[in-house]
Amino acid sequence: MSGFVVDSTVSSGNSSVAIPTDISGQILDLDEDDDLEVFSKDTTVTDGSSFNASMQTSPASMINQYKFEEDAEDTKDIFVTVDNPESHVTAIETYITYRVVTKTTRSEFDSSEFEVRRRYQDFLWLKGRLEEAHPTLIVHPLPEKFVVKGMVERFNEDFIETRRRALHRFLNKIAEHPIFSSSEDFKIFLTAASGELTSYKKQGPGFLSRMGETVKAVAAAVRGVRNRPQEFTEMQEYVEAFSQKISSLDKVTQRIVREQKEYLEELKECGPTYALWSQSEEELAEPLKDVAGCVDRCCKETEEQVKNLNDNLIPVLHEYALCTDTLKAVLRRRDNIQADFEAKTEALATKKADRDTMRDDLDKAEDRLEWANNALKSDWTRWQKDMRTDLRSAFVDTAERNVNYYEKCLAVWESFLHSQRTDAEGNGNVDFS
Amino acid sequence: MADSGSEEIAVIGNTDLTPSESENNLKNTMVEKGTSLLKMMEISVAEAEKRTGKNAVNMQETYTVYLIETRPVDAASEGTNPVPDSLWRRYSEFELLRNYLLVTYPFSVVPPLPEKRAEFVWHKLSADNMDPDFVERRRVGLENFLLRVASHPDLSSDKIFYSFLTEENGWKETVFETGFQAKADSRLKALNATFRVKNPDKRFAEMKHYGDELQSVISQLLRVRARAADRLYGVYKVHGNYGRVFSEWSAIEKEMGDGLQSAGHHMDAYAASVDDILEEEEHYADQLKEYLFYADALRAVCRKHELTQYELEMAAQDLTSKKQQREELATGTIRTFSLKGMTSKLFGQETPEQREAKLKMLETQIEEGEELVKERNAECEEFVKSAWVDIERFKEQKDHDLREALISYAIMQISMCKKGIQVWNNAKECFSKM
Repeated sequence: MSGFVVDSTVSSGNSSVAIPTDISGQILDLDEDDDLEVFSKDTTVTDGSSFNASMQTSPASMINQYKFEEDAEDTKDIFVTVDNPESHVTAIETYITYRVVTKTTRSEFDSSEFEVRRRYQDFLWLKGRLEEAHPTLIVHPLPEKFVVKGMVERFNEDFIETRRRALHRFLNKIAEHPIFSSSEDFKIFLTAASGELTSYKKQGPGFLSRMGETVKAVAAAVRGVRNRPQEFTEMQEYVEAFSQKISSLDKVTQRIVREQKEYLEELKECGPTYALWSQSEEELAEPLKDVAGCVDRCCKETEEQVKNLNDNLIPVLHEYALCTDTLKAVLRRRDNIQADFEAKTEALATKKADRDTMRDDLDKAEDRLEWANNALKSDWTRWQKDMRTDLRSAFVDTAERNVNYYEKCLAVWESFLHSQRTDAEGNGNVDFS
Repeated sequence: MADSGSEEIAVIGNTDLTPSESENNLKNTMVEKGTSLLKMMEISVAEAEKRTGKNAVNMQETYTVYLIETRPVDAASEGTNPVPDSLWRRYSEFELLRNYLLVTYPFSVVPPLPEKRAEFVWHKLSADNMDPDFVERRRVGLENFLLRVASHPDLSSDKIFYSFLTEENGWKETVFETGFQAKADSRLKALNATFRVKNPDKRFAEMKHYGDELQSVISQLLRVRARAADRLYGVYKVHGNYGRVFSEWSAIEKEMGDGLQSAGHHMDAYAASVDDILEEEEHYADQLKEYLFYADALRAVCRKHELTQYELEMAAQDLTSKKQQREELATGTIRTFSLKGMTSKLFGQETPEQREAKLKMLETQIEEGEELVKERNAECEEFVKSAWVDIERFKEQKDHDLREALISYAIMQISMCKKGIQVWNNAKECFSKM
């Protein structure tokens, strides 16, 4: 059965799963055995972490990388959760670790389930690695290091829970990203035992080479980019505007939460006042007690609603506010790559010596630029789609919860009215409608 | 005063009332069977106007006058709509009327006036007496006052009340001519009685205590409610910012623009809806306030009882002491300390003639004293009877009115929830098109 194109395989003989079509060009030779083979990829193309700019790969094959498929949802073959925060105390410091559980059917993983503990620093490391490897791809933001406003200590329960959720979202975004999810660093992050991770971390590009990159970047930045393509300028303008809007929304929502909390404080006193009143009354005691009960129940619902806003809408808005920083950084890096290319072009035109090496350098710079531009364009489309989905569902969710809140309160008061009606002495003067 | 057996409801003359307001007034003026005035005439406080004039110390002042309209009931039911009789009155004239009623009918729980100055305000509500919303609410309150008095079994037939409604000029003089101010009990006298009375009727003591509690708890409720209203206002209004930001955001988005824009409109609608909601709640607050002030009227009746009871006790005590003195004088034994007794010990006994004269005086005093005690006893009994009848009437009215108020509060909450559901469902639809 050679020449037979089969969908991707799974090591344990489960049902097959569709593969992204960018690898569809590769035909598998399979045994007739039902136990499907472990799928082997061309790692030079798809493994982002081993990529570096000096590799001679044609732009064409790289462009193919970035046809991000719509049916990624149906093909989800990796599930990551972050939970179970635990505090660790050592002589030097106290810190929190989170349990990261991975369940996957991917063949490049040695097993189908992993459980490790990671601390915030590890997440930071992962993010840094991904950004280094893919300077013009958009990495989802991490929760902030330390929120100063209103925070007494960073081991406050709410803070830990908020951070845990954000870390969970971060890893899931990485897992959903077509390029990032196949990153070796990502895999190590998910699977390595703590000691292994520590030694792996030490391996990365050395300090000096990192310094070298930074120097180049600064030099490029100083030079500035001359001929930025219009689409990237438009992107920048959009990011500026979007950044303002999203941070306004974040602020507005936080203000709403504050006002709701203050409303709740006052409302909490109403119920007990009605209850107090009922103690002085005879005929009115029942209805007053009922009203007290209704007000108290509405209080609970309001509390619930505030919590929902805090737990659902605000984190999403906040993350997209942080995203804009990432977007600006990505656009800057792209600009720097272009500036570098422009500088090398200039140098080739003016200098006479070393033309061959310079031409080589120039070609590499040109490749790098083209690759960076395409990466950014594709990821930009993906990001916009994601943003739209995330924000839409966050707002729809919020609206739904608000409807729910009002429906519950409505039921509370309607049942009060109903009980009063059945007690009523059929007084014709009263209009209940 | 024929009792037609059906319950009359005060017809509101002012067509500018909102449905909730007429509902409010309807609910608050349950008319008793047998009341006369309201069966004969329709009463309303139709308008309010600002006037300026010179006051008692010849200084310019601005004040508000209220138009009282009256119309015979028969005329309206015949289908013809004659122009009602009307006259203008200031708040101070209402106060004068009420003070007169308080003194003249001390056994009645006299309906209260709307507040003189705005209290329990939350930030958007003005505390200014000249503010049109305040004036409007006061107009409603004054009408309510008149309707309550007109439907009270005792107060409604009062001539001064009738002329208040019908005679614009010279009414003040007529009131003063009744000399009611002289009949008013001094605060000091009343306070004294409250402290010293020995055997007040238990029911009245309980009622007074109830009045204290009612006043305290309604004050607290009004305060808490006003603060909550303030906060709720903030919550709704901040949502207006969503409208603005969504609109700006929609300008930079291609596909999300429409959904955002329309969602923004709903957020604006949501923010705007709180004004009506809180205005309605203000009516509920006014209903509570009325009973806050009624508590005072209730306590006034109880205090009057304490005073009459105390005066009876004083008279009885006085009589007893006089009787005792007579006994001592007659038998020669001195049990009670008296200055006369001391001086006679020091300076010698008095002559038989002197003793005779004294006895005679005492006899007269005792006779008068017994008359006084009889009189006061009758007064006291009469008062207790009439007052208790009115207190029972008041209790029923209060239970009914406040229950209605609670129901109307629930209806308001329901309406608010329904509006919320509608707005957020609309917003949800718009968001899903983002």
